[in-house]
Amino acid sequence: MDNLKRVHFFSAILSFVLAAGFTAVRAQDAPDVGPHPPQPVKAMESHIGNIAGHSAGGKSDYRRYCAGCHGDLGDGNGENAVWLDPKPRNFTLATFKCRSTLTGTLPTDEDLFNTIARGLTNSNMPIWNTFTKQQRADLVAYIKTFSPRWEKEKPGDAIKIPAEPPVTIESISHGKALFTKLECWKCHGPQGKGDGPSAATLTDSQDNPIRPYNFAGGGDDSRFKCGSTNSDIYKIFITGVDGTPMPSFADVIQPNDAWDLVHFLRTLQVKRHSKENDVLKAAGGAIPAYVEKQAAAPASQSENRPAAPASQSENRAAGGGN
Amino acid sequence: MRMGTQSSFCGKSPWSKWYLTAALVLVFLVLSGSQDANALPAFARKYGLRCSACHESWPMLNYFGQKFKDNGYQLMNDRDAPIWQNPGYWPVTFRIIPIWHRVSTGKVAVDQGTGIARVTTSGFDISGLDFHTGGTLEKNFSFYVLPSSDATASFHFETVMARLDNLFGSPWLNIKLGKFELDNLLSEKRILTLTGNGGIYQLYHFTPVGDGNIFGQMGDNQLGAELMGHSYNDRTRYSAAILSSTDGNVGLPYGNAYTGYFAFSQAFDTGKLGVDRIGAYAMIGQAPTYYLTQAGTPLAGSGISNKSFHREGFVGQFYFGQHLDLQVVTQHGWDNMWFGQGYGDLIGGTVTGNNLPGTTLPAGSQAPTWNGVLFEPHYVYSPQLIFIGRYETIRMSRQANGAGSASPSASNLGNISTYTVGFRYNPFMTSRAGFAWHNEYNWLHQDGTGPLIGLSTSNVNTSELLTGFDFDF
Repeated sequence: MDNLKRVHFFSAILSFVLAAGFTAVRAQDAPDVGPHPPQPVKAMESHIGNIAGHSAGGKSDYRRYCAGCHGDLGDGNGENAVWLDPKPRNFTLATFKCRSTLTGTLPTDEDLFNTIARGLTNSNMPIWNTFTKQQRADLVAYIKTFSPRWEKEKPGDAIKIPAEPPVTIESISHGKALFTKLECWKCHGPQGKGDGPSAATLTDSQDNPIRPYNFAGGGDDSRFKCGSTNSDIYKIFITGVDGTPMPSFADVIQPNDAWDLVHFLRTLQVKRHSKENDVLKAAGGAIPAYVEKQAAAPASQSENRPAAPASQSENRAAGGGN
Repeated sequence: MRMGTQSSFCGKSPWSKWYLTAALVLVFLVLSGSQDANALPAFARKYGLRCSACHESWPMLNYFGQKFKDNGYQLMNDRDAPIWQNPGYWPVTFRIIPIWHRVSTGKVAVDQGTGIARVTTSGFDISGLDFHTGGTLEKNFSFYVLPSSDATASFHFETVMARLDNLFGSPWLNIKLGKFELDNLLSEKRILTLTGNGGIYQLYHFTPVGDGNIFGQMGDNQLGAELMGHSYNDRTRYSAAILSSTDGNVGLPYGNAYTGYFAFSQAFDTGKLGVDRIGAYAMIGQAPTYYLTQAGTPLAGSGISNKSFHREGFVGQFYFGQHLDLQVVTQHGWDNMWFGQGYGDLIGGTVTGNNLPGTTLPAGSQAPTWNGVLFEPHYVYSPQLIFIGRYETIRMSRQANGAGSASPSASNLGNISTYTVGFRYNPFMTSRAGFAWHNEYNWLHQDGTGPLIGLSTSNVNTSELLTGFDFDF
């Protein structure tokens, strides 16, 4: 009998509490509901190595971790987006900065997979390396549900990155000449501080102001938005950073030229320990003028090619946000 | 007991079935009405992340939140220095909890009747107020200050610490100084339960009956310095802390004794299950048993004749997909026999024994030891709705008064078993405030701590039912 009373008592308490809570929840739901994520047009998959990601598996994590900035609809309009600079990625455009594929093409699943784990420095995109590989693969698949491009197009082919030649004072010197010739300095500034004459006018494809990378700003742990290795910098020249004024130089630069440019850019990171800075220091700390006799060498053929696209509007045509 | 309850549902009362059905329907309706979480005050305001990014359910951290904390409340994306904060950002969160609760304690000694009664009381109440303020002073310089009051607004500093992060550019070297929570993987300060007995981990505070050692309470914030490090992705973590043996009490009230706390853990990618973690900890220290006196009163800071104690155990955080996880902590505890005989915290008044020169322990005295384990499963329906369960048990393996003692203790004296169940529902969360509707039931049983009934000590059962609004802003 005592047990029966106890059951009645706790059942009554539970019912009362739940009923009160349910009423309160219903009363407060409406203003805070916001847009619900649409049902994916089509379930998407991702494939990274031997891991298969499924969009259904990524939905929960997306809403837990990503939607606050990228929005429930994936349009970059999460409730916190208004306070963020740069603005969160708009997944409905399917335009991504960090790719191993040529400009204008979709990235590979692995590109998105790596971006999630790496985060994007100088932005509010954290380093999500706490996820399991399966979680990341599922998130990649879920992100692909936001744009029909993923159904209509295939990702581009990953570019080939040739072996890096040795760092020499000549390669640094040549890189500096290219930095001038390709007018990198117009945005990044003569010392790579992101203070070139065009810097203040730059906008991304959604007309949000955007700042060029400041090579000199970071310390020994400085990273680039799409990685931290020399290969990552090389890749940026070739693929461009879609949705920003940073163009692809795939058609105007030869592999060795690109590596020379990489070597020079490393020297702009004056606070960072690197083999390039070691070579420069060994050479007396000054970059010698580039000797024109190398102009006939195969590595410099690109210098006779047309200059890199300079038009911001042309660059922005690739679409995307920041 | 269990069978009786089942029979009640099965055949004796249609009302029971009605209540149960109604409750289940309401639970379903509440579940179907839930949404995902938005954001959290203070840190969320700075970084623009939803609270669910760092919390399994606020305030309990998930793996990403643990990494954020281990990095010194930094995302490590070059936006951590205060210069990146919105000028309107104020790194403060207030938290307070109005509640209704019903507490029932059995075997209370009273003057009336048989001298023993069950005392049951219920009513509306409030918790104390917490002022959480923390963040970065500059990149890689972190702080956390938490003035906290009891329900009568009597304040103390629960946490005051500054931290140097990523020394020499390495995440393996971080130094913290001040009063802080020990590096417990299952954090009591971020516990999801609120009742008197269920709102703490019994394992983190256990002392044998009559024991005078309050200094081994892992759940209390302690004064000291901590060296902590972790791998880049936080899979591997370690910490080593040197603490004053004061149980966090300020003003050097005891003596010159120190305690070390060490923790290590390793996480594993278990594919679709999630990231699981296992680890170990040890707390090894000394505390005084002899105090000089002044006019008969113990003199603060004069404690000497330090005796030893230690606690050690394993920790496991096991995830079974996106919704279910199980947290496990084990402990083996050992106190010097002087503590077991009631020497130790003479300043705080826990005991009266003073180990004056010439004092000897009674025959049969031995160092008390015990073993314990806690299991805490969570079912995370969504970041806004979490169901919580917990079972803790602590069993004495050696009593301070052994077989050779004049009055040997029963082998089960002080044993504890406790169950807690509950759920927290956040109907909304924004980047400016948080709100949880909290419901919880706790039942605790302890052997031998009730009044004497005849020649035998009695066991005490305590239960508490609580519902309340846990909000922060």
